[in-house]
Amino acid sequence: MKCRVCREPAVIDVRRQNANYCRDHFLRMCRDQVAKAISEFDMLQPGERVLVAVSGGKDSLACWHLLRELGYEADGFVIGLGIGDYSDESTQYARDFAEKRGLTLHYCNLREEHGFDVPTAAKATRRVPCSACGLSKRHLFDAAARDHGYDVVATGHNLDDEAAVLFGNVLRWQTDYLGRQLPVLPGEHGFPRKVKPLVRLGERETAAYCVLTGIDYIVEECPMAEGNKHLGYKAALNEIELESPGSKHDFYFGFLKRASARFTSEIESQHLELSACTRCGAPTPEDVCAFCKLAERSSGHEPVTLRARR
Amino acid sequence: MKVVLRNPRRELEVSGPISVIALLNRLELNRESVLVIRGDELIPGDAMLDDAQTIEIRPVISGGAA
Repeated sequence: MKCRVCREPAVIDVRRQNANYCRDHFLRMCRDQVAKAISEFDMLQPGERVLVAVSGGKDSLACWHLLRELGYEADGFVIGLGIGDYSDESTQYARDFAEKRGLTLHYCNLREEHGFDVPTAAKATRRVPCSACGLSKRHLFDAAARDHGYDVVATGHNLDDEAAVLFGNVLRWQTDYLGRQLPVLPGEHGFPRKVKPLVRLGERETAAYCVLTGIDYIVEECPMAEGNKHLGYKAALNEIELESPGSKHDFYFGFLKRASARFTSEIESQHLELSACTRCGAPTPEDVCAFCKLAERSSGHEPVTLRARR
Repeated sequence: MKVVLRNPRRELEVSGPISVIALLNRLELNRESVLVIRGDELIPGDAMLDDAQTIEIRPVISGGAA
């Protein structure tokens, strides 16, 4: 295999581009794709302060690294979710990343600051763990951006994430979710803007980016995500991708180009009146926001301890 | 060669020489879902692996979804 740019020996193939790359040109390609996504979807303006939602996994750390490489003023925010050893280890990867590079990393511990953790919330509310986790993360990232004066929250969602979510939403024709599945959600009603700078990179590429730039990340999967539908959709899409490279890209970007607006207009017609949560002040269509309700139901529940890791 | 797999972590012995793609096919792994790594280097699909090597096959699929 030779690099498509310099013809030197390649270290990775990117089959949807029908291209192989050496280390340096692969890293350049990643930067170019992120810069293109930022420009194409008008994600960030020069001088804006960006808060990167960091987990300690490959995507969020690659996102943070790439935004800094591209010159953005990007700090990190990591949450101790209380998912046993997994949360401790993944948080440590985020801390090590920040410390090694002299970057600012904000931290919030869910149990210490809000009286519950994700396993307990899942049990107390009979929610799927990923649902309780996602709700908590979105709320805390928004709150951190408001509290610390960031213009925008960046997440490490990549092409595989977006294609898998789209696949799940289309399977069940969840039109309200389809209307919100955009690479940029504008900042409005007291919410910060949300951007996904990695939507033009697959997760094999974000993992390769980390390996080639020496970013240590947690490789283990979240023990509470094992066997979830999202991972099943990703595996199914990769079976299609194997036979037909570029399918995930065409699926997602075809949706954005040809179908997304139909669902967005449906959402825009559903104007919700938002006011401040009576407990935390976050914008909400009800008196008490979903996070405060989750915290109320979970904080009184006996803490759930995860089994020891394999 | 020693092949280290992840999630959960385990090790296999595989006889070489064998190409990376042939190894992934033998282990019934989708090449879109993994990276093959030696030390801190990526090993491309057409590289030949021999018995003296230790390689890691690292899954790249991750994530929960709310």
